[in-house]
Amino acid sequence: MPHKTFFWFIAPSMIAMILLIAVPLLNVTYQSMFHEHEKPLKEVQNCTVDFLTKKQKCITSVFVDTEKLKEQKGIGEFIGLRLYGGYQLFAFEAIGREWDNRKDLGQFIGRVFNLPLYNALIFTFAYTFLTTPLVLLLGFVVALTINSIARSIRGPVIFASLLPMIITPLIGSLVLFWMIDGNGILGSAVQFLAGNPNLSLKASTPMMWTVILIYGIWHSTPFAMIVFYAGLQTVPSDQIEAAMIDGGSRLDRIRYVVLPHLMPLIMFVTLIHLMDAFRVFEPIIGFHAEAHVKSISFLIYEHLVVQETPLWGTGSATSVLTVILVLILLTPVLIRTWREFRR
Amino acid sequence: MVNRTPRALLLLAYGFVVCWVVIATLPFFWTLLGSFRVAPDFFSLDWSTVVTGEFTKKNTGGVLTTANYHRVWVEEQFWRNAINTAVVTVSVVVISLTFGVMGGYALARSRARYAFWILIGALVFRAMPHIALIAGYLYPFFQLGIWGYLPTTIIVLVAINQPFTIWMMRSFFLNVPTELDESALVDGSTRIQAFWHVIMPVMWPGVITTGLFSFLLAYNDFTVTVSLLTSENFTMVPKLNSFLGTNMYEGPRMNAIAAVVSTTAPLFLLVMFFQRQLVSGLTQGAVKG
Repeated sequence: MPHKTFFWFIAPSMIAMILLIAVPLLNVTYQSMFHEHEKPLKEVQNCTVDFLTKKQKCITSVFVDTEKLKEQKGIGEFIGLRLYGGYQLFAFEAIGREWDNRKDLGQFIGRVFNLPLYNALIFTFAYTFLTTPLVLLLGFVVALTINSIARSIRGPVIFASLLPMIITPLIGSLVLFWMIDGNGILGSAVQFLAGNPNLSLKASTPMMWTVILIYGIWHSTPFAMIVFYAGLQTVPSDQIEAAMIDGGSRLDRIRYVVLPHLMPLIMFVTLIHLMDAFRVFEPIIGFHAEAHVKSISFLIYEHLVVQETPLWGTGSATSVLTVILVLILLTPVLIRTWREFRR
Repeated sequence: MVNRTPRALLLLAYGFVVCWVVIATLPFFWTLLGSFRVAPDFFSLDWSTVVTGEFTKKNTGGVLTTANYHRVWVEEQFWRNAINTAVVTVSVVVISLTFGVMGGYALARSRARYAFWILIGALVFRAMPHIALIAGYLYPFFQLGIWGYLPTTIIVLVAINQPFTIWMMRSFFLNVPTELDESALVDGSTRIQAFWHVIMPVMWPGVITTGLFSFLLAYNDFTVTVSLLTSENFTMVPKLNSFLGTNMYEGPRMNAIAAVVSTTAPLFLLVMFFQRQLVSGLTQGAVKG
């Protein structure tokens, strides 16, 4: 295809991606070097004369100075990379203080993981790397099972399986949230199984983590399952037969024929799931879990949307950090693709 | 050679499939039933009232009540949000596909090195958490005075959707043999004529499948719509988020349930009518990567 034709065909798509993905990413990097303006405050004194005692009583109240607020220009004051060390991000100062006051190493680590960024990081990584193997495993098992049942009922089963995946993530988590309520059907079931009628899934941090992980597996397994199921249809039957003649058991056939055949698909599902899991965000809102669990995406949402006055700088710095982490996560894939391309 | 599955294993398989189907669908049926109940049934001390509808009978006289839907659609004017969702979703699908079809075609037919780099760039963009981009939009959009409106949200969603769309369209175009373009070009038509009259007619299944995924992205979006729209312009998902409060009053919580069911219904229909296309789309990316 001539360069000129290529250019005209790709132009609309490229312009959209450059203007609304690449430029905003640069802007985020730029904004992360500015500290938000302090809110200008003014004191207003209100005096009244008490009409019985004839004494003057004054009350001083503090208001935001709207006049000065209007005079503020730009997003804030340039401070370079200082925001990255601030309390909402790497919190070097707070860590230093914890180190000086430490009783033992365990307590110090515990304290550090209570700091906003570290807390969100540990959850985001835990979610990403714990759900990935479980989604792959469960998706594979479900696909194998569906592949062994009668053809006539596979359609309806696949229909049912698609639902957790195509559902709006916020809605999917809400629907489960209502069921795990202490009075909901799942909440009651857990209380019954645990033999503790006062057990609340919503009240403890480990419970909330588990619930969101389970939601993540429920939401993502269908995708893995559909891809693996399609892959299973293409396993060469002569190889399976050869394995059977060689006396290979069912498990042997899966291990030596099916799994190697599905390997490219397993890589594909892993890549897509890693990208999607790393941005985990909606379930924390759906499960009303922000008191126990925060992900990096949720931190950014808090800085930018929940706050009355958005914290541009802090939100942007957290975003830059997320982007860097995603790039690190993608490096192996990018290197592999590059090698394949060069070949 | 017949590959016989032992009966015990088959029984286990059916049992497992039944469990899986229950896990995948029960939450939806549960919420559907609950949306026709009064709050004391859905949030009572005992989950069984959701099934029996004890309080619904006591309070309304009937076994089921449509009061929740009435409150949401009439009093809360959820239809406004439904219209907004329709506008956003249809626009995003149409624009995404127009851009994506052209881009995907170019990428499938070019063997230049820059085409590879564009694909890699798109893959990296595809991986960006959407909320990380929001910080880059908000301040400029405020300054330009375009924050809060539907068209702004639409173009943002189109852009966010592009990486995925061009990858998928490209893989569909790769299935169309190059000879088809070439014979048209030899016959004297221009590249655009060849694209429109020869290639596009065989591409519609791919376009429909890609369109379904653009639809899902726009329809299900919460991150972009909640941050870039004023509450008057909310689509359905951020609106139902606003029904969630910490309070336990009858209204908001049951509103959220009725809104959840209302929002889910179109998705249900989508899967019913387009199951085959959805499945083929999910596997398409995997095969052609």
